[in-house]
Amino acid sequence: MPHAAAEPAAVVRTDERADEPAVAPVARAVDLHKVYGAGDTRVVALDGVSVDFWPGQFTAIMGPSGSGKSTLMHCLAAMDAATAGSVFVGDADLTRLADKELTRIRRDRIGFVFQAFNLVPTLTALENITLPIDIAGRKPNRPWLDTVIDTVGLRNRLDHKPGQLSGGQQQRVACARALAGRPDIVFADEPTGNLDSVSGAEVLGFLRRSVSQFGQTVVMVTHDPNAAGYADRVLFLADGRIVDEMLEPTADRVLERMKHFDAAPVAKG
Amino acid sequence: MLKVTLKGLLAHKLRLGMSAFAIILGVAFVAGTFVFTDTLNRSFTDLFRQTAPDVTVRPVDAHDSSGGFTGADARTVPADVLSGLADLPGVARVDGNVTDQSTFIVGRDGKVVGSGGGAPGLGLTYHDGPAADGSPIVTITGGRAPAGPNEFLFDDKAAAAAGYAIGDEITLVTTGPEPTVHGTLVGTVRFGETGNTIGATLALMDTATAQRLYLGGQHAYTDIAVTGDGSVSNAQLRDEVTAALPGGLQALDDAQIAAENQSDLAQGLSFITTFLLVFAAVALVVGSFLILNTFSIIVAQRTRELALLRALGASRRQVTRSVLVEALVVGLVGSTVGLALGFALAVGLKALFGAIGLDLSNAGLVFEWRTAAVAYAVGVVITLLAAYLPARRAAQVPPVAALRDDVAMPESSMRRRLVVGTALTAIGAGLMVWSLGFDGGLSLLGLGVFAVFVGVALLAPVIGRPIVSVIASPFPRLFGTVGVLARQNTRRNPRRTSATASALMIGLALVSAMAVLGQSTKASVDQLVSSDLHADYVVSNAIGVPFSTGVADRIAQVPGVDEVVPVRFGMAQVDGQDVFVTAADVPAYSRMVGMTVRDGSLAAGDGVVVAADRADELGWHVGDTVTVTLPAGPQNLPVAAVIEPSELAGRLIIPLDVLERGGQLPTDSTVYVSRLPGADASAVTAGIDASIADLPTITAKDQAAFAAEQRAPVDQILAIVYALLGLAVIIAVLGIVNTLALSVIERTREVGLLRAVGMSRRQLRSMVRLESVAIAVLGAVLGIGLGLVFGVSIQQALSDDGVSVLSIPAGQLAVFVLLSALVGVLAAVWPARRAARMDVLRAITAD
Repeated sequence: MPHAAAEPAAVVRTDERADEPAVAPVARAVDLHKVYGAGDTRVVALDGVSVDFWPGQFTAIMGPSGSGKSTLMHCLAAMDAATAGSVFVGDADLTRLADKELTRIRRDRIGFVFQAFNLVPTLTALENITLPIDIAGRKPNRPWLDTVIDTVGLRNRLDHKPGQLSGGQQQRVACARALAGRPDIVFADEPTGNLDSVSGAEVLGFLRRSVSQFGQTVVMVTHDPNAAGYADRVLFLADGRIVDEMLEPTADRVLERMKHFDAAPVAKG
Repeated sequence: MLKVTLKGLLAHKLRLGMSAFAIILGVAFVAGTFVFTDTLNRSFTDLFRQTAPDVTVRPVDAHDSSGGFTGADARTVPADVLSGLADLPGVARVDGNVTDQSTFIVGRDGKVVGSGGGAPGLGLTYHDGPAADGSPIVTITGGRAPAGPNEFLFDDKAAAAAGYAIGDEITLVTTGPEPTVHGTLVGTVRFGETGNTIGATLALMDTATAQRLYLGGQHAYTDIAVTGDGSVSNAQLRDEVTAALPGGLQALDDAQIAAENQSDLAQGLSFITTFLLVFAAVALVVGSFLILNTFSIIVAQRTRELALLRALGASRRQVTRSVLVEALVVGLVGSTVGLALGFALAVGLKALFGAIGLDLSNAGLVFEWRTAAVAYAVGVVITLLAAYLPARRAAQVPPVAALRDDVAMPESSMRRRLVVGTALTAIGAGLMVWSLGFDGGLSLLGLGVFAVFVGVALLAPVIGRPIVSVIASPFPRLFGTVGVLARQNTRRNPRRTSATASALMIGLALVSAMAVLGQSTKASVDQLVSSDLHADYVVSNAIGVPFSTGVADRIAQVPGVDEVVPVRFGMAQVDGQDVFVTAADVPAYSRMVGMTVRDGSLAAGDGVVVAADRADELGWHVGDTVTVTLPAGPQNLPVAAVIEPSELAGRLIIPLDVLERGGQLPTDSTVYVSRLPGADASAVTAGIDASIADLPTITAKDQAAFAAEQRAPVDQILAIVYALLGLAVIIAVLGIVNTLALSVIERTREVGLLRAVGMSRRQLRSMVRLESVAIAVLGAVLGIGLGLVFGVSIQQALSDDGVSVLSIPAGQLAVFVLLSALVGVLAAVWPARRAARMDVLRAITAD
């Protein structure tokens, strides 16, 4: 398997950027807390997470089941509200925004790839891809749309309904949908969780290319060390905290690191 | 965004159809009502247009608005007026008419043709004078004009219905001194252009015959038709004619006659329109529950998709709008189909009214643009309103729901519902109690009933829960595990269960209220007859119109008959208001019908007898001299007695001769007969029957038969009301089918699981069926409970207007509950089959 992280990235890397404070992070969590329930059923999902996501960087978030990795992503993607702390997308503090502004941020600045694809079954592949743009009431940027479609290799499947596509094809449609609106940041929630290894590799390769070729910022939750190997950087979460960070990961190193967690990573968190 | 909604809608045609159905039925009823009443209106307008000549001359204020139930005006236009008018400049011709409204044709089979629906049997003079539009009023289609005594022409339809051919000997019944008239049919005519008489029959004769039959042989006319030569307008002609008329007569042009008829017609039709629209409203209210329910379920099913749209950046408003767009499409489709179905319904109504004598078979359906506008407005607005709450709730779906496997709609708190529901119920109940405190509170009562309806519907999830628990409590014992599951299912979504039951509740509440009211009315009639009717026989005309005084004379000759007391009805004006008056020989009348004297005396029989409530209204006291204005002029009479209000006796009773002096032709409305003490009842009955055997419309009823006859209209009205409310119940049943089918789909995974762990199809079916029965019975219990409250309240409100006895048809109400359970079983057939047919593997892997 070609190691994606080995390719030279088109943009500057995190370690180099430390000396260039002029470049701002695309998304940022500051001392983020998320608590579900109350009393006996109180569950602390996030317990003071602070993290920056830099432009053109592919970040994987890993951790055992229940470590809070999905919750972190939902809070970052303006889909769930934090209990305390701040989430910034660009310079907007999501925790201070009303539903209307959050909606606009989801629509204009965030792309999302779901584990279960979540395509609208009654729309064709192309209609699904342009759905966020349609919702925003805008016209798609045609050359960019063509680029995205060609990159995911779906040109001859555009008129198909999701039911007529394989799982890998559906997820590629979902990726194209996330990218079509040129969002600041794309979040992918276990994008390969429902796919076989070949289809999974195609999807990961596509995400990798979007970072390398188009400078897209991507954040991906996964429990698969191989998937994490495509990223530029891996964050390890446990019990709602960031416990480790690995730059230029390889699948082997990630696997090695995962072994140090007490709980075996059995399912998504 | 719109594309998502529309494509989703097209992909779920079943869903669309189900939710559109309620709207279709409701709109069909509204559209059908309009089409039918427009058709009726057009038919009558045509009829009037085809009868009114350029100018009509008649006695002042001879216009009769009583609908033919009182005796006819005795005033006439003298014959010499006719010849005087013929010489006026601008007059082409004058034709004298003698018209009678109750001359009925007796067919070959001895039965009266076309009676029963209240359409008049017209007896009139034949002439070939034209209507104002120049077309002949009647055209001879066979035979010849009448040329001698007792030669008649019938309209084509009546002749055919009676089975008569030209040259046959025919029989008529009239109100004149000759109750039966025999003659020869010499020809047939077509009325107007189309021959559409709306159920009336026509018997035409020469002037001398008509004058003999209806005017006691005097050479006069009931009115005169003046036709201009075209040199002046009808209004000018009218003014010229007016100038030439002696006192006591008036001239009216065709426009005035049309306006007069139109206002009568509007009154008559507004009753039918209101009646039908009330049922349309019921259907729509019930339908809106169904729509609300369907959309709630649709939103629940679409939760994941809606959450996805939210995650992709759709705003709350866009999500709400997408549900409302779906509602809009459903509303438009439903209204369109409903409009088409409305035409079918109008055809049905035409047939229904045709069956009771209002023959419209020659009239084409009338379609006004207003009908379409109202149909669309009603259909779309109701659908949007009903879908608004689910649409609002759809917007509450959190975007993160797109990431979860099992998604539940956020349930809003019941508290607001509880507060609003309780408040509305309390206000409604208060209004109902308050309205019973005074007369004429029926509209307030209606408002109260409506508030209670909405209030209870809102409270239904709360009050329904314990009721459902009770209904479902025997399930586990009777059906084992299936019963346990079914019981849990009914409790699972109390909001949905109760919304479904509410639809049935409304229909059954109305049906039960009508049942209570109907039963009470019948019991009241029985009580009235047994306590107040002292006569042994009541003689009346089957079609409600007055009959010849010859009938009373004949009965008086029957051996064993003691007293024969004729009673006449008329319209009079008192204090400027139209009132119904009863005329009779008061002392004799009081021996036939119970009267309790509060003040004064009935013995003299030369004054007015007035019911206490009417006396209070008018400020009349015994000894006062009061003025009762009859057609021929005001009559001054002393008030002889004030009696307790009695439905049977009448509110205002005047001596017979006063009515006759007042210008009403002597015809009887009812004749009361008593037997000599000791006379053989069956022999007297047979004797009376024999004396009137040749008058098929006249019947003599003993007390039991009279009571039965009085009860019959109640049953008829109840039958119509039940049929119309049946529509509401059908919609409610569809609601149950819809809810069950959709909740089965919603529970696909669970159903698959149950099947996977070994539940048989049969068990699955009975689980769904039990759930359905519980919902239906809940609706029945709530509905019948409310119906009892409403029925009793209305009875109380009407206790002074003849419904004095409260009688609850317990057996009938129990049958309603049983029928509802049956309805539950039927409603479950299709959803249960659907659930049972689900593929186990697909069911557990469905998303």
